[in-house]
Amino acid sequence: MKEINITELERKFQEKIDNDIKIEPNDWMPEEYRQTLIRQISQHAHSEIVGQLPEGNWVTRAPNLRRKAVLLAKIQDEAGHGLYLYSAVETLGADREQTMDDLHSGKAKYSSIFNYPALTWADMGMIGWLVDGAAIMNQVPLCRCSYGPYARAMVRVCKEESFHQRQGYEIVTQLAQGTPEQKAMAQESLDRWWWPALMMFGPSDKDSKHTAQSMKWKIKRHTNDELRQQFVDVTVPQAELIGLKVPDADLKFNEATGHYDFGDINWDEFWQVVAGHGPCNKERVAARKRAKEEGMWVREAANAYAEKRAKRKAS
Amino acid sequence: MSKKEWPLWEVFIRSKQGLSHKHAGSLRAPDAEMAINNARDVYTRRSEGVSIWVVPSNEIVASDPSDSEELFEPSQTKVYRHPTFYDVPDGISHM
Repeated sequence: MKEINITELERKFQEKIDNDIKIEPNDWMPEEYRQTLIRQISQHAHSEIVGQLPEGNWVTRAPNLRRKAVLLAKIQDEAGHGLYLYSAVETLGADREQTMDDLHSGKAKYSSIFNYPALTWADMGMIGWLVDGAAIMNQVPLCRCSYGPYARAMVRVCKEESFHQRQGYEIVTQLAQGTPEQKAMAQESLDRWWWPALMMFGPSDKDSKHTAQSMKWKIKRHTNDELRQQFVDVTVPQAELIGLKVPDADLKFNEATGHYDFGDINWDEFWQVVAGHGPCNKERVAARKRAKEEGMWVREAANAYAEKRAKRKAS
Repeated sequence: MSKKEWPLWEVFIRSKQGLSHKHAGSLRAPDAEMAINNARDVYTRRSEGVSIWVVPSNEIVASDPSDSEELFEPSQTKVYRHPTFYDVPDGISHM
């Protein structure tokens, strides 16, 4: 009898999804849908938070006050995006503290791109242009995700993210049009970030184990390879316009398909970085752990102060 | 290790004078005052608001989704509550 009920609930659930009716926190949902969302949204939240680290490194070395103010605003946005997303995870019944501890223990992942170091000022431009550009491409379809709180968080994030990409492209453009040394710095940065940026869309469709189910549930609207192709198609002309060369000998516009053909991605590198062996994995997680441990007394003091005030008010 | 997690707050923002407060999201904060300060930073970085309400999430009482049929279905059959239900002769205006 119970079996039949679950089947019926699942049928009704899928019917809602098929009719583009959003799922809200208290609605019935299959356990696997809940777990998929907890995994995806928490990874997304972790990526926003860890994404602050390579940029934080450059706040004190920004070339002028305007750039510094912009960089600070961008980093503050990333923190905000992380907070919207942690709240969305909580609506699924996940424990917030546990969610963060999963990042610290290595159980939860975050975007592999943040395991690459930001070595030059040009990297601040490249991260905005390519990394935020790729993130936007991923996030715009997520605004129509079937889970209401995630979709609403994405609407806010996307509105804010477009400034991130534009400020990045502005930095890169100025360098590309600057002295020969500045132009070389921009090109060198593009050479390092191009392939990791393409890897941000995740494994190729044939190796992506979650894609089919996530598309059926309308958590995802496009496959990894579709989004990657879209990113290449829009980004290559942006590089050409400012005189930078995309580091791919096989990159060529295909008149027949109307898309760019591009070279093979080094998937070994991708899986290595995902498995924790990228250039900065240890450093990033250690920085997050340290932030939690060293900030603990602040959170405890705030609790003690709140308790003291509540007591005083009651008496 | 701190075992006591900060409580959860729901944040409502009035985007400009004349409009009602609207749910913006939620956040964690030790007390109401810090919840408002945090809400300022998290939800109004681009002049999205002129006023903030914060409410402890556990104080919100919500309708149960499994009751939605009995709660909301009755009004679906009462089309006569909408002005478009009524026929008026052609040429009539201001109605």
